[in-house]
Amino acid sequence: MLNRQLKEKGIESLLFAAGAAAVLALFLLCIFLFKDGLLLFENYPISSFLTDTKWYPTSEPEHFGLLPLLLGSLIVTVGAILFSVPLGIATAIYISELADPKISNILKPVTEILAGIPSVVYGFFGLVILVPIVQKTLQIPTGQTALTGSIMLGIMALPTIISISEDAISSVPRSIKEGSLALGSTKWQTIYKVTVPAALSGISAAVMLGVGRAIGETMTVMMVTGNSAVIPGFPSGLFAPVRTMTATIALEMGEVPQGSDHFHALFAIGSVLFITTFIINIIANYIKRRYRFNL
Amino acid sequence: MPETYENGTEIEVKDLNLWYGDNHALHDISIDIPKNSVTAFIGPSGCGKSTFLRCLNRMNDLIPNCRIEGQVNISGEDIYAKETDVVDLRKRVGMVFQKPNPFPMSIFDNIAYGPRIHGMSKKEMPEIVENALQSGALWKEVSDRLDVSALDLSGGQQQRLCIARTLAVKPEVILFDEPCSALDPISTSKIEDLILELKKDYTIVIVTHNMQQAARISDHTAFFLLGDLIEFGKTNQIFENPQEKETEDYITGRFG
Repeated sequence: MLNRQLKEKGIESLLFAAGAAAVLALFLLCIFLFKDGLLLFENYPISSFLTDTKWYPTSEPEHFGLLPLLLGSLIVTVGAILFSVPLGIATAIYISELADPKISNILKPVTEILAGIPSVVYGFFGLVILVPIVQKTLQIPTGQTALTGSIMLGIMALPTIISISEDAISSVPRSIKEGSLALGSTKWQTIYKVTVPAALSGISAAVMLGVGRAIGETMTVMMVTGNSAVIPGFPSGLFAPVRTMTATIALEMGEVPQGSDHFHALFAIGSVLFITTFIINIIANYIKRRYRFNL
Repeated sequence: MPETYENGTEIEVKDLNLWYGDNHALHDISIDIPKNSVTAFIGPSGCGKSTFLRCLNRMNDLIPNCRIEGQVNISGEDIYAKETDVVDLRKRVGMVFQKPNPFPMSIFDNIAYGPRIHGMSKKEMPEIVENALQSGALWKEVSDRLDVSALDLSGGQQQRLCIARTLAVKPEVILFDEPCSALDPISTSKIEDLILELKKDYTIVIVTHNMQQAARISDHTAFFLLGDLIEFGKTNQIFENPQEKETEDYITGRFG
Protein backbone atom coordinates (compact mmCIF):
# COMPACT_ATOMS: atom_id res chain seq x y z
CA MET A 1 0.00 0.00 0.00
CA LEU A 2 2.64 2.46 1.11
CA ASN A 3 4.90 1.14 -1.58
CA ARG A 4 2.26 1.86 -4.23
CA GLN A 5 1.78 5.39 -2.95
CA LEU A 6 5.50 5.94 -3.06
CA LYS A 7 5.60 4.75 -6.64
CA GLU A 8 2.76 7.09 -7.62
CA LYS A 9 4.54 10.00 -5.95
CA GLY A 10 7.77 9.06 -7.69
CA ILE A 11 6.20 9.06 -11.13
CA GLU A 12 4.45 12.32 -10.42
CA SER A 13 7.70 14.00 -9.35
CA LEU A 14 9.46 12.68 -12.42
CA LEU A 15 6.86 14.15 -14.73
CA PHE A 16 6.86 17.41 -12.80
CA ALA A 17 10.63 17.59 -13.25
CA ALA A 18 10.20 17.11 -17.00
CA GLY A 19 7.72 19.97 -17.14
CA ALA A 20 9.83 22.16 -14.89
CA ALA A 21 12.89 21.61 -17.08
CA ALA A 22 11.28 23.55 -19.93
CA VAL A 23 10.40 26.44 -17.65
CA LEU A 24 13.88 26.39 -16.12
CA ALA A 25 15.47 26.41 -19.57
CA LEU A 26 13.45 29.47 -20.55
CA PHE A 27 14.28 31.17 -17.29
CA LEU A 28 18.05 30.57 -17.60
CA LEU A 29 17.99 31.62 -21.22
CA CYS A 30 16.38 34.92 -20.27
CA ILE A 31 18.92 35.56 -17.52
CA PHE A 32 21.98 34.95 -19.66
CA LEU A 33 20.60 36.78 -22.66
CA PHE A 34 19.54 39.87 -20.75
CA LYS A 35 22.61 39.92 -18.48
CA ASP A 36 25.07 39.94 -21.37
CA GLY A 37 22.84 42.28 -23.35
CA LEU A 38 22.60 44.82 -20.54
CA LEU A 39 26.39 44.81 -20.07
CA LEU A 40 26.65 46.71 -23.38
CA PHE A 41 25.13 49.76 -21.75
CA GLU A 42 28.02 50.09 -19.28
CA ASN A 43 30.19 51.43 -22.08
CA TYR A 44 27.68 52.39 -24.73
CA PRO A 45 24.62 54.56 -24.06
CA ILE A 46 21.26 52.86 -24.51
CA SER A 47 19.96 55.92 -26.34
CA SER A 48 22.59 55.49 -29.05
CA PHE A 49 21.79 51.80 -29.30
CA LEU A 50 18.14 52.64 -29.92
CA THR A 51 18.56 55.67 -32.19
CA ASP A 52 21.92 55.40 -33.99
CA THR A 53 21.33 54.73 -37.65
CA LYS A 54 24.63 52.93 -38.21
CA TRP A 55 25.77 49.44 -37.38
CA TYR A 56 29.57 49.67 -37.66
CA PRO A 57 30.70 47.32 -34.93
CA THR A 58 34.37 47.23 -35.91
CA SER A 59 35.08 50.83 -36.91
CA GLU A 60 36.56 53.54 -34.62
CA PRO A 61 34.49 54.77 -32.87
CA GLU A 62 32.12 51.82 -32.82
CA HIS A 63 28.49 52.25 -33.83
CA PHE A 64 25.98 49.77 -32.45
CA GLY A 65 22.78 51.18 -33.95
CA LEU A 66 19.84 48.83 -33.69
CA LEU A 67 17.69 50.64 -36.23
CA PRO A 68 19.06 49.33 -39.53
CA LEU A 69 18.80 45.76 -38.28
CA LEU A 70 15.38 46.20 -36.68
CA LEU A 71 14.02 47.86 -39.80
CA GLY A 72 15.70 45.22 -41.92
CA SER A 73 13.87 42.51 -40.00
CA LEU A 74 10.69 44.54 -40.21
CA ILE A 75 10.72 45.10 -43.97
CA VAL A 76 11.47 41.46 -44.71
CA THR A 77 8.72 40.36 -42.33
CA VAL A 78 6.15 42.83 -43.64
CA GLY A 79 6.91 41.76 -47.18
CA ALA A 80 6.51 38.12 -46.18
CA ILE A 81 3.20 38.80 -44.45
CA LEU A 82 1.83 40.80 -47.37
CA PHE A 83 1.82 37.79 -49.61
CA SER A 84 1.70 34.84 -47.27
CA VAL A 85 -1.35 35.98 -45.30
CA PRO A 86 -3.77 36.31 -48.24
CA LEU A 87 -2.34 33.19 -49.86
CA GLY A 88 -2.44 31.22 -46.60
CA ILE A 89 -5.98 32.22 -45.70
CA ALA A 90 -7.22 31.55 -49.21
CA THR A 91 -5.65 28.09 -49.08
CA ALA A 92 -7.17 27.44 -45.65
CA ILE A 93 -10.63 28.43 -46.91
CA TYR A 94 -10.22 26.22 -49.93
CA ILE A 95 -9.08 23.23 -47.89
CA SER A 96 -11.74 23.47 -45.23
CA GLU A 97 -14.77 24.75 -47.14
CA LEU A 98 -14.50 24.13 -50.84
CA ALA A 99 -12.15 21.31 -51.73
CA ASP A 100 -13.33 17.81 -52.38
CA PRO A 101 -12.29 15.72 -49.35
CA LYS A 102 -9.97 13.75 -51.62
CA ILE A 103 -8.11 16.92 -52.58
CA SER A 104 -7.92 18.36 -49.09
CA ASN A 105 -6.63 15.04 -47.78
CA ILE A 106 -3.65 15.52 -50.07
CA LEU A 107 -3.30 19.27 -49.79
CA LYS A 108 -3.21 19.49 -46.02
CA PRO A 109 -0.34 17.06 -45.38
CA VAL A 110 1.59 18.56 -48.28
CA THR A 111 1.43 22.06 -46.80
CA GLU A 112 2.52 20.61 -43.49
CA ILE A 113 5.55 18.96 -45.10
CA LEU A 114 6.63 22.48 -46.09
CA ALA A 115 7.13 23.13 -42.39
CA GLY A 116 9.51 20.21 -42.04
CA ILE A 117 12.05 21.29 -44.67
CA PRO A 118 15.25 22.59 -43.02
CA SER A 119 15.69 26.32 -43.40
CA VAL A 120 19.12 25.92 -44.99
CA VAL A 121 17.44 24.03 -47.82
CA TYR A 122 15.05 26.92 -48.33
CA GLY A 123 18.04 29.25 -48.28
CA PHE A 124 19.87 27.17 -50.84
CA PHE A 125 16.82 27.07 -53.09
CA GLY A 126 16.39 30.82 -52.68
CA LEU A 127 20.01 31.53 -53.47
CA VAL A 128 20.28 29.29 -56.51
CA ILE A 129 16.82 29.71 -58.04
CA LEU A 130 15.04 32.79 -56.72
CA VAL A 131 17.94 35.26 -56.47
CA PRO A 132 18.78 35.11 -60.21
CA ILE A 133 15.09 35.30 -61.11
CA VAL A 134 14.56 38.42 -58.98
CA GLN A 135 17.67 40.03 -60.40
CA LYS A 136 16.73 39.33 -64.03
CA THR A 137 13.03 40.22 -63.82
CA LEU A 138 13.57 43.47 -61.91
CA GLN A 139 16.79 44.40 -63.74
CA ILE A 140 18.59 45.28 -60.52
CA PRO A 141 22.28 44.93 -59.64
CA THR A 142 21.77 42.05 -57.22
CA GLY A 143 18.98 39.60 -56.61
CA GLN A 144 19.86 39.36 -52.93
CA THR A 145 17.18 41.72 -51.70
CA ALA A 146 14.62 42.15 -48.95
CA LEU A 147 12.01 41.03 -51.48
CA THR A 148 13.79 37.73 -52.03
CA GLY A 149 13.93 37.20 -48.28
CA SER A 150 10.25 38.09 -48.01
CA ILE A 151 9.25 35.54 -50.61
CA MET A 152 11.25 32.79 -48.95
CA LEU A 153 10.01 33.70 -45.47
CA GLY A 154 6.47 33.91 -46.77
CA ILE A 155 6.70 30.39 -48.11
CA MET A 156 8.12 29.24 -44.80
CA ALA A 157 5.35 30.94 -42.81
CA LEU A 158 2.63 29.44 -45.02
CA PRO A 159 2.34 26.06 -43.26
CA THR A 160 1.77 27.75 -39.90
CA ILE A 161 -0.78 30.17 -41.31
CA ILE A 162 -2.59 27.54 -43.35
CA SER A 163 -2.77 24.86 -40.72
CA ILE A 164 -3.91 27.08 -37.84
CA SER A 165 -6.39 29.07 -39.98
CA GLU A 166 -7.74 25.84 -41.36
CA ASP A 167 -8.34 24.52 -37.85
CA ALA A 168 -10.09 27.77 -36.94
CA ILE A 169 -12.29 27.75 -40.04
CA SER A 170 -13.28 24.13 -39.80
CA SER A 171 -14.17 24.49 -36.14
CA VAL A 172 -16.87 27.03 -36.97
CA PRO A 173 -19.99 25.01 -36.14
CA ARG A 174 -21.78 23.51 -39.10
CA SER A 175 -25.06 24.74 -37.64
CA ILE A 176 -24.04 28.35 -38.19
CA LYS A 177 -23.16 27.73 -41.81
CA GLU A 178 -26.46 25.91 -42.33
CA GLY A 179 -28.26 28.81 -40.71
CA SER A 180 -26.73 31.13 -43.24
CA LEU A 181 -27.48 28.88 -46.22
CA ALA A 182 -31.05 28.40 -45.00
CA LEU A 183 -31.56 32.16 -45.27
CA GLY A 184 -30.83 31.92 -48.96
CA SER A 185 -27.20 32.98 -49.02
CA THR A 186 -24.79 31.46 -51.47
CA LYS A 187 -21.85 29.31 -50.45
CA TRP A 188 -19.47 32.19 -51.01
CA GLN A 189 -21.59 34.69 -49.04
CA THR A 190 -21.66 32.21 -46.20
CA ILE A 191 -17.89 31.85 -46.29
CA TYR A 192 -16.98 35.49 -46.29
CA LYS A 193 -19.81 36.91 -44.21
CA VAL A 194 -20.24 34.21 -41.58
CA THR A 195 -17.58 31.50 -41.54
CA VAL A 196 -14.45 33.60 -41.90
CA PRO A 197 -15.59 36.36 -39.50
CA ALA A 198 -16.50 33.68 -36.98
CA ALA A 199 -13.02 32.20 -37.32
CA LEU A 200 -11.30 35.57 -37.36
CA SER A 201 -9.61 35.35 -33.97
CA GLY A 202 -8.19 31.94 -34.84
CA ILE A 203 -7.01 33.31 -38.16
CA SER A 204 -5.39 36.32 -36.45
CA ALA A 205 -3.59 33.98 -34.10
CA ALA A 206 -2.36 32.04 -37.13
CA VAL A 207 -1.07 35.24 -38.68
CA MET A 208 0.70 36.29 -35.49
CA LEU A 209 2.40 32.92 -35.17
CA GLY A 210 3.40 33.14 -38.83
CA VAL A 211 4.90 36.57 -38.14
CA GLY A 212 6.76 35.18 -35.17
CA ARG A 213 8.22 32.46 -37.35
CA ALA A 214 9.25 34.97 -40.00
CA ILE A 215 10.96 37.35 -37.57
CA GLY A 216 12.95 34.59 -35.90
CA GLU A 217 14.09 32.88 -39.09
CA THR A 218 17.85 33.15 -39.61
CA MET A 219 19.54 30.85 -42.06
CA THR A 220 17.30 31.46 -45.04
CA VAL A 221 17.30 35.25 -44.78
CA MET A 222 21.04 35.29 -44.27
CA MET A 223 21.50 33.36 -47.50
CA VAL A 224 19.23 35.46 -49.71
CA THR A 225 19.05 39.05 -48.45
CA GLY A 226 22.60 40.29 -49.09
CA ASN A 227 23.19 41.37 -45.46
CA SER A 228 24.10 45.01 -45.85
CA ALA A 229 23.28 46.91 -42.69
CA VAL A 230 21.66 50.03 -44.08
CA ILE A 231 18.31 51.50 -43.18
CA PRO A 232 15.94 50.36 -45.91
CA GLY A 233 13.60 52.83 -47.57
CA PHE A 234 10.01 51.84 -48.11
CA PRO A 235 9.04 50.50 -50.53
CA SER A 236 12.29 51.01 -52.48
CA GLY A 237 14.18 49.13 -49.75
CA LEU A 238 12.37 45.98 -50.80
CA PHE A 239 14.55 45.82 -53.90
CA ALA A 240 17.88 46.38 -52.12
CA PRO A 241 19.94 44.18 -49.82
CA VAL A 242 19.09 44.41 -46.11
CA ARG A 243 20.32 42.78 -42.98
CA THR A 244 18.09 41.36 -40.29
CA MET A 245 18.73 41.08 -36.55
CA THR A 246 18.96 37.32 -36.73
CA ALA A 247 21.41 37.31 -39.61
CA THR A 248 23.62 39.82 -37.79
CA ILE A 249 23.92 37.61 -34.74
CA ALA A 250 24.62 34.53 -36.82
CA LEU A 251 27.19 36.27 -39.02
CA GLU A 252 29.15 38.06 -36.34
CA MET A 253 28.95 35.87 -33.27
CA GLY A 254 31.75 33.59 -34.43
CA GLU A 255 34.23 36.41 -34.81
CA VAL A 256 33.77 38.66 -31.80
CA PRO A 257 36.08 38.50 -28.78
CA GLN A 258 34.13 37.26 -25.77
CA GLY A 259 33.23 40.02 -23.36
CA SER A 260 33.84 42.86 -25.83
CA ASP A 261 31.27 45.58 -26.45
CA HIS A 262 30.52 44.05 -29.80
CA PHE A 263 29.84 40.73 -28.08
CA HIS A 264 27.42 42.41 -25.69
CA ALA A 265 25.81 44.35 -28.53
CA LEU A 266 24.92 41.06 -30.22
CA PHE A 267 23.34 39.88 -27.00
CA ALA A 268 21.41 43.14 -26.78
CA ILE A 269 20.06 42.46 -30.27
CA GLY A 270 19.23 38.94 -29.22
CA SER A 271 17.27 40.39 -26.30
CA VAL A 272 15.31 42.69 -28.59
CA LEU A 273 14.55 39.76 -30.84
CA PHE A 274 13.47 37.65 -27.89
CA ILE A 275 11.19 40.35 -26.53
CA THR A 276 9.63 40.89 -29.95
CA THR A 277 8.80 37.25 -30.55
CA PHE A 278 7.72 36.89 -26.93
CA ILE A 279 5.20 39.72 -27.30
CA ILE A 280 3.95 38.32 -30.59
CA ASN A 281 3.41 34.92 -29.01
CA ILE A 282 1.56 36.45 -26.09
CA ILE A 283 -0.71 38.36 -28.45
CA ALA A 284 -1.31 35.21 -30.49
CA ASN A 285 -2.19 33.23 -27.40
CA TYR A 286 -4.45 35.96 -26.10
CA ILE A 287 -6.33 36.10 -29.41
CA LYS A 288 -6.56 32.33 -29.51
CA ARG A 289 -8.00 32.11 -26.02
CA ARG A 290 -10.72 34.61 -26.84
CA TYR A 291 -11.69 32.42 -29.73
CA ARG A 292 -14.61 30.27 -28.63
CA PHE A 293 -18.21 29.47 -29.33
CA ASN A 294 -20.83 29.01 -26.68
CA LEU A 295 -23.04 26.89 -28.87
CA MET B 1 -55.91 12.04 -46.48
CA PRO B 2 -57.86 15.27 -46.91
CA GLU B 3 -58.08 16.33 -50.52
CA THR B 4 -58.79 20.03 -50.29
CA TYR B 5 -57.95 22.55 -47.64
CA GLU B 6 -59.65 25.72 -46.56
CA ASN B 7 -56.66 27.89 -47.52
CA GLY B 8 -55.43 25.72 -50.37
CA THR B 9 -52.32 23.56 -50.63
CA GLU B 10 -48.84 25.02 -50.25
CA ILE B 11 -46.59 21.99 -50.58
CA GLU B 12 -47.32 18.93 -52.70
CA VAL B 13 -44.98 15.98 -52.47
CA LYS B 14 -45.31 13.06 -54.84
CA ASP B 15 -43.47 9.73 -54.47
CA LEU B 16 -40.40 11.13 -52.84
CA ASN B 17 -37.56 8.67 -52.25
CA LEU B 18 -34.26 9.49 -50.63
CA TRP B 19 -31.04 7.52 -50.32
CA TYR B 20 -27.93 8.19 -48.24
CA GLY B 21 -25.51 6.15 -50.30
CA ASP B 22 -27.10 2.70 -50.30
CA ASN B 23 -29.36 3.42 -47.37
CA HIS B 24 -32.91 3.95 -48.61
CA ALA B 25 -34.04 6.45 -45.96
CA LEU B 26 -37.40 7.68 -47.27
CA HIS B 27 -39.86 5.50 -49.18
CA ASP B 28 -42.47 6.87 -51.58
CA ILE B 29 -43.57 9.81 -49.46
CA SER B 30 -46.63 11.61 -50.80
CA ILE B 31 -48.25 14.37 -48.83
CA ASP B 32 -50.14 17.63 -49.39
CA ILE B 33 -49.36 20.29 -46.84
CA PRO B 34 -51.98 23.02 -46.37
CA LYS B 35 -51.28 26.72 -46.65
CA ASN B 36 -51.37 29.05 -43.60
CA SER B 37 -51.62 26.31 -41.06
CA VAL B 38 -49.35 24.25 -38.85
CA THR B 39 -48.42 20.74 -39.93
CA ALA B 40 -46.51 18.56 -37.48
CA PHE B 41 -44.27 15.59 -38.31
CA ILE B 42 -44.00 13.11 -35.49
CA GLY B 43 -42.33 9.74 -35.11
CA PRO B 44 -39.55 7.98 -33.23
CA SER B 45 -35.88 8.95 -33.70
CA GLY B 46 -34.49 7.88 -37.04
CA CYS B 47 -37.89 7.68 -38.70
CA GLY B 48 -36.90 10.18 -41.37
CA LYS B 49 -39.05 13.12 -40.31
CA SER B 50 -36.15 15.58 -40.11
CA THR B 51 -34.66 14.20 -43.30
CA PHE B 52 -37.97 14.74 -45.03
CA LEU B 53 -38.23 18.28 -43.64
CA ARG B 54 -34.81 19.05 -45.06
CA CYS B 55 -35.99 17.93 -48.50
CA LEU B 56 -38.41 20.85 -48.52
CA ASN B 57 -35.72 23.53 -48.66
CA ARG B 58 -33.12 21.28 -50.26
CA MET B 59 -30.80 21.34 -47.24
CA ASN B 60 -30.00 17.72 -48.08
CA ASP B 61 -28.14 19.01 -51.14
CA LEU B 62 -25.29 19.74 -48.73
CA ILE B 63 -24.88 16.09 -47.82
CA PRO B 64 -22.60 14.15 -50.13
CA ASN B 65 -24.02 10.86 -51.47
CA CYS B 66 -27.58 11.97 -50.82
CA ARG B 67 -29.87 11.15 -53.75
CA ILE B 68 -33.47 12.23 -54.08
CA GLU B 69 -36.17 11.11 -56.52
CA GLY B 70 -39.74 12.28 -56.80
CA GLN B 71 -41.48 15.59 -56.98
CA VAL B 72 -41.85 18.42 -54.49
CA ASN B 73 -44.00 21.36 -55.56
CA ILE B 74 -44.05 24.48 -53.45
CA SER B 75 -46.59 27.10 -54.55
CA GLY B 76 -46.95 25.03 -57.69
CA GLU B 77 -43.26 25.13 -58.57
CA ASP B 78 -41.18 21.97 -58.78
CA ILE B 79 -38.27 22.71 -56.44
CA TYR B 80 -36.15 19.85 -57.76
CA ALA B 81 -36.47 21.01 -61.36
CA LYS B 82 -33.19 21.80 -63.11
CA GLU B 83 -33.97 25.48 -63.47
CA THR B 84 -34.82 25.99 -59.80
CA ASP B 85 -32.53 28.44 -58.02
CA VAL B 86 -31.73 26.88 -54.64
CA VAL B 87 -30.79 30.24 -53.17
CA ASP B 88 -34.14 31.69 -54.15
CA LEU B 89 -35.94 28.58 -52.86
CA ARG B 90 -34.32 28.88 -49.44
CA LYS B 91 -35.33 32.51 -49.32
CA ARG B 92 -38.95 31.42 -49.83
CA VAL B 93 -38.72 28.43 -47.51
CA GLY B 94 -37.05 29.44 -44.25
CA MET B 95 -35.76 27.06 -41.63
CA VAL B 96 -35.33 27.13 -37.86
CA PHE B 97 -33.00 24.51 -36.45
CA GLN B 98 -32.94 22.20 -33.50
CA LYS B 99 -30.29 24.11 -31.61
CA PRO B 100 -30.41 27.90 -31.73
CA ASN B 101 -27.69 28.92 -34.17
CA PRO B 102 -27.31 32.69 -34.06
CA PHE B 103 -24.32 34.08 -35.93
CA PRO B 104 -21.52 35.33 -33.69
CA MET B 105 -22.44 38.97 -34.33
CA SER B 106 -24.79 41.57 -32.87
CA ILE B 107 -28.54 41.06 -32.56
CA PHE B 108 -29.10 43.72 -35.20
CA ASP B 109 -26.64 42.14 -37.64
CA ASN B 110 -28.17 38.71 -37.13
CA ILE B 111 -31.55 39.97 -38.30
CA ALA B 112 -30.11 42.21 -41.00
CA TYR B 113 -27.97 39.41 -42.41
CA GLY B 114 -30.68 37.95 -44.65
CA PRO B 115 -32.11 41.24 -45.94
CA ARG B 116 -28.58 42.48 -46.65
CA ILE B 117 -27.57 39.52 -48.77
CA HIS B 118 -30.82 39.88 -50.65
CA GLY B 119 -29.91 43.45 -51.45
CA MET B 120 -32.22 45.48 -49.22
CA SER B 121 -30.96 49.02 -48.74
CA LYS B 122 -29.26 50.24 -45.61
CA LYS B 123 -31.96 52.86 -45.04
CA GLU B 124 -34.71 50.28 -44.63
CA MET B 125 -32.70 48.12 -42.27
CA PRO B 126 -33.73 49.54 -38.87
CA GLU B 127 -37.38 49.15 -39.81
CA ILE B 128 -36.90 45.62 -41.15
CA VAL B 129 -35.04 44.61 -38.01
CA GLU B 130 -37.67 46.10 -35.72
CA ASN B 131 -40.54 44.44 -37.60
CA ALA B 132 -38.81 41.08 -37.61
CA LEU B 133 -38.06 41.26 -33.89
CA GLN B 134 -41.66 42.35 -33.20
CA SER B 135 -42.98 39.38 -35.15
CA GLY B 136 -40.47 37.14 -33.41
CA ALA B 137 -41.79 38.32 -30.02
CA LEU B 138 -38.34 39.44 -28.99
CA TRP B 139 -38.46 43.20 -29.57
CA LYS B 140 -39.51 44.16 -26.04
CA GLU B 141 -36.64 42.21 -24.51
CA VAL B 142 -33.85 43.46 -26.74
CA SER B 143 -34.91 46.82 -28.21
CA ASP B 144 -32.44 48.69 -25.99
CA ARG B 145 -29.44 46.48 -26.76
CA LEU B 146 -29.51 45.62 -30.44
CA ASP B 147 -25.74 45.99 -30.63
CA VAL B 148 -24.83 43.32 -28.08
CA SER B 149 -23.69 39.93 -29.27
CA ALA B 150 -26.48 37.50 -30.01
CA LEU B 151 -24.49 34.88 -28.12
CA ASP B 152 -25.22 36.76 -24.87
CA LEU B 153 -28.94 36.00 -25.15
CA SER B 154 -30.52 33.06 -23.35
CA GLY B 155 -31.25 29.87 -25.31
CA GLY B 156 -34.94 30.70 -25.68
CA GLN B 157 -34.18 34.25 -26.79
CA GLN B 158 -31.61 32.94 -29.26
CA GLN B 159 -34.21 30.64 -30.76
CA ARG B 160 -36.71 33.50 -31.12
CA LEU B 161 -33.90 35.52 -32.67
CA CYS B 162 -33.40 32.73 -35.20
CA ILE B 163 -37.12 32.78 -35.95
CA ALA B 164 -37.05 36.57 -36.34
CA ARG B 165 -34.00 36.21 -38.58
CA THR B 166 -35.97 33.84 -40.79
CA LEU B 167 -38.97 36.19 -40.85
CA ALA B 168 -36.77 39.07 -41.93
CA VAL B 169 -36.32 37.58 -45.41
CA LYS B 170 -40.10 37.25 -45.78
CA PRO B 171 -40.46 33.55 -46.56
CA GLU B 172 -43.73 31.85 -47.50
CA VAL B 173 -43.03 28.66 -45.61
CA ILE B 174 -41.12 28.16 -42.35
CA LEU B 175 -39.72 24.76 -41.47
CA PHE B 176 -39.08 24.10 -37.79
CA ASP B 177 -36.76 21.21 -36.99
CA GLU B 178 -37.48 20.35 -33.34
CA PRO B 179 -37.15 24.01 -32.39
CA CYS B 180 -37.79 23.48 -28.69
CA SER B 181 -35.74 20.38 -28.00
CA ALA B 182 -32.93 22.42 -26.43
CA LEU B 183 -35.20 24.77 -24.47
CA ASP B 184 -36.83 24.95 -21.05
CA PRO B 185 -40.64 24.72 -20.69
CA ILE B 186 -41.20 28.49 -20.41
CA SER B 187 -39.19 29.24 -23.53
CA THR B 188 -40.96 26.37 -25.24
CA SER B 189 -44.38 27.81 -24.51
CA LYS B 190 -43.28 31.21 -25.82
CA ILE B 191 -42.15 29.61 -29.07
CA GLU B 192 -45.40 27.66 -29.34
CA ASP B 193 -47.44 30.85 -28.89
CA LEU B 194 -45.29 32.46 -31.52
CA ILE B 195 -45.86 29.61 -33.98
CA LEU B 196 -49.61 29.88 -33.51
CA GLU B 197 -49.35 33.61 -34.17
CA LEU B 198 -47.22 33.07 -37.28
CA LYS B 199 -49.56 30.65 -39.01
CA LYS B 200 -51.81 33.54 -39.98
CA ASP B 201 -49.18 34.67 -42.44
CA TYR B 202 -47.00 31.65 -43.05
CA THR B 203 -47.25 27.97 -43.82
CA ILE B 204 -45.57 26.16 -40.99
CA VAL B 205 -44.13 22.67 -40.88
CA ILE B 206 -42.72 21.49 -37.58
CA VAL B 207 -40.84 18.35 -36.69
CA THR B 208 -41.25 17.46 -33.06
CA HIS B 209 -40.42 14.70 -30.66
CA ASN B 210 -42.99 15.97 -28.28
CA MET B 211 -46.46 14.61 -29.03
CA GLN B 212 -48.15 17.03 -26.66
CA GLN B 213 -46.55 19.82 -28.60
CA ALA B 214 -47.88 18.44 -31.86
CA ALA B 215 -51.33 18.11 -30.30
CA ARG B 216 -51.21 21.65 -28.90
CA ILE B 217 -50.12 23.61 -31.92
CA SER B 218 -50.71 21.70 -35.14
CA ASP B 219 -53.73 21.51 -37.40
CA HIS B 220 -52.50 18.42 -39.23
CA THR B 221 -50.15 15.70 -38.13
CA ALA B 222 -48.10 13.22 -40.11
CA PHE B 223 -46.70 10.11 -38.46
CA PHE B 224 -43.45 8.68 -39.82
CA LEU B 225 -41.91 5.31 -39.07
CA LEU B 226 -38.72 3.84 -40.51
CA GLY B 227 -38.79 6.07 -43.57
CA ASP B 228 -42.48 5.57 -44.34
CA LEU B 229 -45.28 8.04 -43.96
CA ILE B 230 -47.72 5.88 -42.00
CA GLU B 231 -50.58 8.24 -41.50
CA PHE B 232 -51.50 11.84 -42.17
CA GLY B 233 -54.62 13.71 -41.17
CA LYS B 234 -56.20 16.33 -38.97
CA THR B 235 -54.36 16.45 -35.66
CA ASN B 236 -57.36 15.62 -33.48
CA GLN B 237 -58.23 12.69 -35.70
CA ILE B 238 -54.66 11.33 -35.53
CA PHE B 239 -54.54 11.62 -31.76
CA GLU B 240 -58.10 10.56 -30.97
CA ASN B 241 -58.90 8.11 -33.68
CA PRO B 242 -55.79 6.87 -35.48
CA GLN B 243 -56.52 4.62 -38.44
CA GLU B 244 -53.27 2.68 -38.40
CA LYS B 245 -52.11 0.33 -35.69
CA GLU B 246 -48.54 1.72 -35.70
CA THR B 247 -49.84 5.25 -35.14
CA GLU B 248 -51.96 4.12 -32.26
CA ASP B 249 -49.08 2.19 -30.70
CA TYR B 250 -46.80 5.19 -30.94
CA ILE B 251 -49.31 7.68 -29.64
CA THR B 252 -50.28 5.53 -26.71
CA GLY B 253 -46.61 5.19 -25.87
CA ARG B 254 -46.10 1.56 -26.71
CA PHE B 255 -42.80 2.38 -28.45
CA GLY B 256 -40.69 5.35 -29.52
